[in-house]
Amino acid sequence: MNVRSQISMVFHLDKCIGCHTCSIACKNIWTDRKGAEYMWWNNVETKPGTGYPTRWEDQEKYHGGWEKHNGSIRLKSTGKGRIITNIFHNPSMPTMDDYYEPWTYKYEDLFNAPEGTDQPTARPISMVTGEYMNVEAGPNWDDDLGGSPVYAENDKNLDGLTPDQREQLFAIERLVFFYFPRICNHCLNPSCVAACPSGALYKRGEDGIVLIDQKRCRAWRSCVAACPYKKTYFNWSTGKSEKCILCYPRLETGQAPACFHSCVGRIRYLGVLLYDADKLEEVANLPDDKLVEGQRSLILDPNNPDVIEAARQNGIHESVIESAQHSPVYRFVKEWKIALPPHIEYRTLPMLFYVPPMSPVMANQQDGTVSSVSDDFFHDIEQARVPLKFLGNLFGAGGEGKVVYALKKQKAVRMYRRALTVGDITMETAERMLAEAESSKEEAEAIYRLTSLCTFEDRFVIPPMHREEAIEMLREPHEHRSSVGFGFVEAPKRGL
Amino acid sequence: MPDQKTIGWIKDEFKPQSRSWEEFYRNRWQHDKVVRSTHGVNCTGSCTWMIHVKDGIVTWEMQGLDYPSLEHGLPPYEPRGCQRGISFSWYLYSPLRVKYPYMRGALIDLWRKARTEHEDPVDAWKSLVTNPQARARWQKARGKGGLRRVHWDEVLELMAAANVHTIKEHGPDRIAGFSPIPAMSMISYAGGSRLMQLMGGISLSFYDWYCDLPPASPETWGEQTDVQESADWYNAKLLAVMGSNLNMTRTPDCHFAAEARHNGTKMYVFSPDFSQVAKYADHWISLNAGQDGAWWMAVNHVLLTEFHHQKQVPYFLDYTKRFTDAPYLVELSEEDNVFAPGQLLRANRVKKYEKIENGDWKFLFWDTKSKTPKMPLGSVGFRWGTEKGKWNMQMKDGLDNSEIDPILTFLNDGDGTVPVRLDNFAEGSEIVRHVPVMYVKTSDGKKVTVTTVYDLLMAQYGVGRGLKGEYPKDYDDATVPYTPAWSEQYTGIGRKDLLQFAREWGVTAEKTNGKCTVIIGAGINHWYHGNLMYRSAIHALMFSGCIGVNGGGLAHYVGQEKLAPMEPWSAIAFAKDWYPPSRLQNAPSWHYVNSDQWRYERAFTDYHTVPQHQKNGSLASGHTMDLQVKAVRNGWLPFYPQFNKNTIELVKEAEAAGAKTNEEIINYVVKQLKERKLKFSVEDPDAPENWPRVWYIWRGNALMSSGKGHEYFLRHYLGTHDNAIAEDLAKDSVHEVTWHDQAPKGKLDLIVDLNFRMDTSALYSDIILPAATWYEKSDLNSTDMHSFIHPLSAAVPPCWESKSDWAIFRSLAKKFSELAGKHFPQPVRELVTTPLLHDTPAEIAQKEIKDWITGEVEALPGKTMPSFALVTRDYRNVYNQFIAFGPQVRANGLGAHGTKYLVEDFYDEAVTTGPTVEFDGKRFPSIKEDEQVCDTILRFATVTNGELAYRSYKNMEEKTGLPLVHFAEKNRGVRVSYAELQSKPMRLINSPMWSGLMDNGRAYSPFTYNKEALVPWRTLTGRQHFYLDHPGYIAFGEHLPTFKPKPTPTQYADLKFSKEEGKTVMLNYLTPHGKWHIHSTFGDNLRMTTLSRGTEPFWINEKDAEEIGIVDNDWVEVHNDHGVVVTRAAVSVRIPPGICIIYHSPERTYSVPKSPLRENRRAGGHNSLTRTRLKPNLMVGGYGQFTYHFNYWGPTGSNRDTHVLVRKLPKLIW
Repeated sequence: MNVRSQISMVFHLDKCIGCHTCSIACKNIWTDRKGAEYMWWNNVETKPGTGYPTRWEDQEKYHGGWEKHNGSIRLKSTGKGRIITNIFHNPSMPTMDDYYEPWTYKYEDLFNAPEGTDQPTARPISMVTGEYMNVEAGPNWDDDLGGSPVYAENDKNLDGLTPDQREQLFAIERLVFFYFPRICNHCLNPSCVAACPSGALYKRGEDGIVLIDQKRCRAWRSCVAACPYKKTYFNWSTGKSEKCILCYPRLETGQAPACFHSCVGRIRYLGVLLYDADKLEEVANLPDDKLVEGQRSLILDPNNPDVIEAARQNGIHESVIESAQHSPVYRFVKEWKIALPPHIEYRTLPMLFYVPPMSPVMANQQDGTVSSVSDDFFHDIEQARVPLKFLGNLFGAGGEGKVVYALKKQKAVRMYRRALTVGDITMETAERMLAEAESSKEEAEAIYRLTSLCTFEDRFVIPPMHREEAIEMLREPHEHRSSVGFGFVEAPKRGL
Repeated sequence: MPDQKTIGWIKDEFKPQSRSWEEFYRNRWQHDKVVRSTHGVNCTGSCTWMIHVKDGIVTWEMQGLDYPSLEHGLPPYEPRGCQRGISFSWYLYSPLRVKYPYMRGALIDLWRKARTEHEDPVDAWKSLVTNPQARARWQKARGKGGLRRVHWDEVLELMAAANVHTIKEHGPDRIAGFSPIPAMSMISYAGGSRLMQLMGGISLSFYDWYCDLPPASPETWGEQTDVQESADWYNAKLLAVMGSNLNMTRTPDCHFAAEARHNGTKMYVFSPDFSQVAKYADHWISLNAGQDGAWWMAVNHVLLTEFHHQKQVPYFLDYTKRFTDAPYLVELSEEDNVFAPGQLLRANRVKKYEKIENGDWKFLFWDTKSKTPKMPLGSVGFRWGTEKGKWNMQMKDGLDNSEIDPILTFLNDGDGTVPVRLDNFAEGSEIVRHVPVMYVKTSDGKKVTVTTVYDLLMAQYGVGRGLKGEYPKDYDDATVPYTPAWSEQYTGIGRKDLLQFAREWGVTAEKTNGKCTVIIGAGINHWYHGNLMYRSAIHALMFSGCIGVNGGGLAHYVGQEKLAPMEPWSAIAFAKDWYPPSRLQNAPSWHYVNSDQWRYERAFTDYHTVPQHQKNGSLASGHTMDLQVKAVRNGWLPFYPQFNKNTIELVKEAEAAGAKTNEEIINYVVKQLKERKLKFSVEDPDAPENWPRVWYIWRGNALMSSGKGHEYFLRHYLGTHDNAIAEDLAKDSVHEVTWHDQAPKGKLDLIVDLNFRMDTSALYSDIILPAATWYEKSDLNSTDMHSFIHPLSAAVPPCWESKSDWAIFRSLAKKFSELAGKHFPQPVRELVTTPLLHDTPAEIAQKEIKDWITGEVEALPGKTMPSFALVTRDYRNVYNQFIAFGPQVRANGLGAHGTKYLVEDFYDEAVTTGPTVEFDGKRFPSIKEDEQVCDTILRFATVTNGELAYRSYKNMEEKTGLPLVHFAEKNRGVRVSYAELQSKPMRLINSPMWSGLMDNGRAYSPFTYNKEALVPWRTLTGRQHFYLDHPGYIAFGEHLPTFKPKPTPTQYADLKFSKEEGKTVMLNYLTPHGKWHIHSTFGDNLRMTTLSRGTEPFWINEKDAEEIGIVDNDWVEVHNDHGVVVTRAAVSVRIPPGICIIYHSPERTYSVPKSPLRENRRAGGHNSLTRTRLKPNLMVGGYGQFTYHFNYWGPTGSNRDTHVLVRKLPKLIW
């Protein structure tokens, strides 16, 4: 057992309101500068939809992630044989068109326009060229465009849906959308790290955060191509790639990452998971339908004395082990099994998990009158507007079983609380549904509390980062205390 | 290179040396200071934000998390703050920032020239505005560029000169100020309004103009709006969300709804489009746009049938008896063997109560035990009677104190049944249904036929109960209203879903004693008949005992109307600390009249369905403008300018005619009015002597975002270019107003805008003043979404030459006082009119509609016409008054919503402890600086000063005879300062000004005070009103809940002059609140434009788009008689065919091309397609809850029934 610690995340999609406050919290702090204008380390997508960069889930186009090869796995983008030919031109690299051309407006014209015959207006101009431009794409272009023939219909996750299920997207009484916020998954098996020819990417040993060393980066951009989630970006001004840093300067000071802090839908959870690094290769090699379970099997019980002992031996701080014992992520992912990894078939073993969303009951139209097709009191799982196959493609490597399990449990919890607080559903019925969902009253109560009543401290269990110990490896913390801030490392420059 | 044999290539990196570069991002995160502020943006959020400052520059903001927690079992309020709020810091240093004062070049040149010719700036201004060519010169340049940076001194002098001249020449009530929704930054609001009121100018309302005011709230509860804080949604077990897109507009509160679902709450969402909140619904009811009323009428049919009649749920019936007007007796009048419901039977009609005080304003129950009519306590007659302590909801007789057990229905205990005529507006017919009645002997020996409100409701909702008449056979009977089958044809939703909803509603309310909540908003309120839709939903709540209950009630959120520390704030804001009567104008009427929008329509019955049976001269006929004139004349609504004469000159004229005392002067004025020698300005708004002249706009976007009929504003107010093609229609339809064949263009001499950004209003103003942002000033902010009060604070000083709004108006006051010295060397007297006011004895002024002008009734100020008061203004001291908290507060105490408390000791304490200002030998508490205003408000408000809350409850005990001070005892020591608020948000404390109780972290839910303490609602009966017996309401057929059809496009005259060119489709045009802006603010912020589409798109259904050859992101030209919009299409099936959406509200200032259909002029914004239409029955007054109060009562600026034509833009021209 090779125990390591990883800061991991859960996004509860049923609660997501699609507001993008998270995106802007991140943008304000990290990517509001030259060369980074187009970067949205955190973005939110409307699903079904094509996302940012457009159709990022289409790995036939982008070749991100891993693929199985000769009993092992290899990078789809830069296998050994391909790296040389692709090093100067990578056809699967996203272009500016796949993202968008950042723009602003000639706001100055409103102040400076001389008196004329008509009202001045501030025209859009490119932030890259400074020229007038037509705005044809943006980082959130298909926002709320459920039922769009241009966007929703081209969602990769619709692959394998029946024609009837697809048609559903284009009948107003049947359509649906939900929101899908995305940051770097800080994967256990990150293809971006593997792809970097310069070794500039690494996973921080103490918390698993994946970083791009801004000094070592040589602008190969292999990470951009290799990341199947397209969460590394090339800064055209500094000539370095950049990505979500999980706000480590905030985590190191006990604060939640900015996008987590600002999540006004209160959908986000963060905590430490302990995992067994020895099993990574085996798990990353599993067949698609075994991947979700496989990833779960990597995650270790932080209360198990053997795990604790092994963790200590690996130098994991006692306080981090304690933190793992209180991790909300562990409960959602491992205990309750209602949070699932996105596109685990990419085999990077993402450490951000999603609770799949419920959706309104289906309706149909007859003679101009719309009626619900289900008498279910809550979300009808089989008759949900979001097709199970779609959710399965997103969160189950194509399989629906794990999604159904998560939805059934959510519904049973609601039934149980209804029985308790109103009583128009009997407790007998509620208990039956809990049993069918492999749950119990105790578990239902715990799920309910962490979903509904959670405080900031419940949602974000940030392990102490023991910066003094890290700094101590370089110099005396006492000395650091008196000198930190007087000189900073230089900002990254293009090249060396 | 990756080694694929082992997993070792995952670099777990511990080595600190190689990770020293990590400092790079750590450095960025470091900052120098964090300051608490919030955003004053009328979003209702009122979120506490921590503003980060680095290197003296505001870099970003993060939400504060330190809200006090509520009671156990409720989710916490953290974090609050949305995508808009978090992008605000972009504005501070952006190229859109107004950094310096600007003036229109044409005006500067003329002004500078005039100043060289005139020593006195007032004379200089006079020379310009009396020169038609000069005046037209800068008017026509409005909005067309040519702005120039000017010095503060120069611009202050010009504005002060314009004010002095206007007062002298035309009267003070020609200077208007508009600023919206004070709660969002109340000090900033107060700066301008205080100066307006000290001068005698006008403060324009906002809540009704924005159509945020739900008229059904005053109709039902006598309350502007009082709603649950969002945490209380969590207590609801059924959430019905209609016309309110929680994700979009209640972003920081939305989680309570989501979290309630996981606690077993069922959620229904009603919306024609798959709106963002529909994602959360268990059931998304996709009903046809604007037909929500039909749904709720049928829901009530089912609720009454199943839960009130077939199964009589004890909680529901008991509640209905005790807390609503259901048991009151209504008189039925007979005509041709059919009866019609009339007014409530007045207590003085029966012998026993013949002689009682205010007998016309006390009403009757039928008592079960004594089998006689009895007169319950609590009505408005008790409220304004001489005997105190009887204004309460105890079930006792007001004369002999005997117990009353009122009967709800005469079904089994009456004298038989009579046929009653009811209007079926949907089908344009009348129906007759039998209603059980009782015959009551009146004091004159006659017998009158009465029934209960409850029996009338049963008849109206079509619950047959075995009675004769045109009742539906069953739920499937679609031929008569209001069955589930009937509703299908309007809503498009199957009856099965309706029944499921109604039954789940009933069962949930029964099992939880009323925990059903309707979250409702602009999506309903903005329809012309929004009040009717609201009422039908409210009735479902009332029938099920959901009002005044935690987890139950009507959660109306449209606009940040809740200004929690109202009492001292309104004293400061409206200068009541110096001059009690203020000029508070309802903006809907003002704009309808002054921007000449009334000229573009004919009789309102063109589009407003009214009962067929109408008496001659009925209120429900004619032109809205005529009714508007009548409403002013009868004292129902305010109107300023008041008269076609300067109100200062008028007093001089009266004095010259021999009038000496105030009473004599008023008598003189009344006589002049009666003899028609003096006229109300509203009678001839196009005559130059009646024009408003100077308009100050601050904190809002009066010309665009809230400028309904924007192009008419440009035409008639501004006198610049416009894109309207509508022509006059009213000439032959109006009788009460003087018609001018040529409507005036450019009524306003001067228009001034205070702003931090260059928005449309700024772009079209003569003067733009740089306002401090919300991160650069001290202020206060409160909301109804939660129960905390927040500070705005200066994270950095006002940037460049900007100043806080308070400081700007203070500077203007100073300059004004200087210039006034010469022109008003002595104090002057003027006469101020005010309408009949809510929470005053004027609530019992007019039992019937009688007009003094016809001689039906005597012209009595304050009774049959407006009230008149004489005010002595000291213009030389306006600045001193501005900065001093005036003596009227000490003398008269404070109050709001009918409360009152004395504050002498606190006033004296403020004088003693300072800071103070001194003039004319007296010392006053200083409110010179923004922080001092904040502290003064906090010191004198009941929600932040426990002792004053205690006094206010004590005073209310005297009025009601109920024990109430226990609500304040625990908090008696609470005091709070501005500095304390900056360190942590504070939860408000109980106050009788608000109707919710909030001890021990209990979530605020409105009317819990009324229900639990038996304090009456401020209505006619003191109960919640199902039945609205005002004669005007009877004439309009809105005395009973009803369903009126939507006005159709041709009737509405949006498209009378518009032509289809090219492939065109006609659509119903909706402007709900959007995701990427708060009204127009943030819409031009680069964060928001980037995350949306760079422009405010036109949302259209795929099939409608296909019909006109549009694909996603194509440019479209959207037009009607009022104007044109050019933008890009967002094509989605989530919008149903037949409707389109432009989210409220775009600016004309960015990314707007020109319109080929309008001679290639720059296209407009969303309000280029609207025109104001006022609903006339909302104008009545002087009667119970139908009595005017600023932002509380009056017609609203509805705009949702508008239609547009759309085509593909043939050519893109910038």
